[in-house]
Amino acid sequence: MILNVIFMLVVIITCLYPILHVIFASFSSAGKLMNVSGLLLHPVGFSTAAYEAIFSNTVILNGYKNTLFILVVGTSINMVMTIAAAYVLSSKDVFWKPFIMMLIIITMYFQGGLIPTYLNIKNLGLYDTLWSVILPVAISSYNLIIMRTYFMGIPDSLLESAELDGAGDFTKIRHIVLPLSGPIIAVMILYYGVGHWNSWFTATMYISSKVKQPLQVILREILILNETNAMKGGDNGLNISETIKYATIVVVMMPILIIYPMLQKYFISGVMVGAVKG
Amino acid sequence: MAKATKRTSTCVAGRGLGGTIKRDFQKNKVKYLIVALPVLFYILFYYVPLYGALISFQDYSPRMGMLGSPWVGFKHFIDFFKSDNFGRIIKNTFVLSGLDILISFPLPIIFAILLNEVKNTAFKRTIQTVSYMPHFISLVIACSLIKNFCAYDGLINGFIAKLGFEPYSILQDPASFKWVYVISNVWQEMGWNSILFIAALGGINEELYEAAALDGAGRLRQTWHVTLPGIIPTIMIMLIMRVGQVLTVGQEKILLLYNPATYKTADVISTYIYRKGLQDFDWSYSSAVGLFNSVVNFVFLIAANQISKKTTETSLW
Repeated sequence: MILNVIFMLVVIITCLYPILHVIFASFSSAGKLMNVSGLLLHPVGFSTAAYEAIFSNTVILNGYKNTLFILVVGTSINMVMTIAAAYVLSSKDVFWKPFIMMLIIITMYFQGGLIPTYLNIKNLGLYDTLWSVILPVAISSYNLIIMRTYFMGIPDSLLESAELDGAGDFTKIRHIVLPLSGPIIAVMILYYGVGHWNSWFTATMYISSKVKQPLQVILREILILNETNAMKGGDNGLNISETIKYATIVVVMMPILIIYPMLQKYFISGVMVGAVKG
Repeated sequence: MAKATKRTSTCVAGRGLGGTIKRDFQKNKVKYLIVALPVLFYILFYYVPLYGALISFQDYSPRMGMLGSPWVGFKHFIDFFKSDNFGRIIKNTFVLSGLDILISFPLPIIFAILLNEVKNTAFKRTIQTVSYMPHFISLVIACSLIKNFCAYDGLINGFIAKLGFEPYSILQDPASFKWVYVISNVWQEMGWNSILFIAALGGINEELYEAAALDGAGRLRQTWHVTLPGIIPTIMIMLIMRVGQVLTVGQEKILLLYNPATYKTADVISTYIYRKGLQDFDWSYSSAVGLFNSVVNFVFLIAANQISKKTTETSLW
């Protein structure tokens, strides 16, 4: 029992510390941070200079704008498409349903691969548009199957009695399926939303114009490739750029870290215990 | 069924398959309309590239397009098998993937079982919330933290120095790469991957535990005889799916973390495909390597499924 508690505390510390480290460092004063190596348990010399630099930086603000567009439009498309497909694939007595299911499941195991996909994006004329990171991920098959399984749990009697009252498919979706699916919809919005917010790889492949690049790509230039001149705000000398890096991480990761705990109680309904077998 | 009797009488009730299809279309018109866009999506973004993968058997050039490019059979596959990189990247892929299955796969299960033993609900919820946190951090940020902590003057070297060892640039060291890769995977995904097992544990009938306790089974024996058998099907399904992805190593993470100094141990099939295709513009060759990757994955998936079917009677199909 005691060992178990100790193990859990270790888990908590290892998961939490790196994030606290970033937050503390971002509020530290740049000069003092340079001299700290090892654990950081509070900001060293409080300063918000880094945040001021970020919020007046046009490159980062523009990245934010692109990411917000991808997030809002992308997630909306995700939800409409996933709900539509899940509704039909969970209905009874649809002749072509097994074929459509097969069509989808095959794609989970066989994909064209990186280059054919890339060439396809070019051929479709999506290259260097924000749509190139929205449309190719309009449906995640895993999410679709989870949603379908959830919809299949809705009692048939409800749908049948609505049908007797003359309700069509759209009415049934709006007045029966959606109101009963709150938790799964919340989880799906979170999954898709986090996916859009955090994605960088497709954007580096498909988007070449600087002004169209989402936040994560800009972040990668600043953090991983160390191009501090990627943001012109960093020319206050080398010292401040270190705290700017941390502050940038904070403004990018915080929105999600604040939202996900609110939806945590629904996570279980978003896993595929019975669904993995399709 | 109720729906069948409700059919409109105007519909010409044909016989046989043709009639069934006609009746079905009459009845489900709206449903097919609703599902049309998703089906179009799959065709456009999955099946067209699948067809496009045929360039693996061509000397594709964008100027001539797929129809005009010459067919070369298995040339690119043979080139790949013969290339100096082949042995290295296959080995790296299996080492990273194997180590990941060996360590990152069981840990969430153990974590879920231990968490199940925590009876204080508030503490339990806190652990869960915190353990999911790294999952929600983007790879770009996670990798920048890894770089930061692994730097010569970073946190980890601080510990190494305190323990009396010589600090070193961890990410420049080929031998350390696999550990950086696996440990950071555990850090980011252990909590998140445990959700499925927590859900499965919640589904175990409480009476089984009571019966086992009556028979004098202690905590450990209960875990062994009740908990584990209860979640074995879930474990097996997840394991089959994981093994079916054996060649698909987290390429995004490697692309963010590796550098020429660590290519020796960090370059895997997917990063090789990326470099060959998008940096050297060797379309057909890169695509052939990708196809090889898919096929091997599929073979592993089938093998894992068969083995699991025989040994635990759990299978994907």
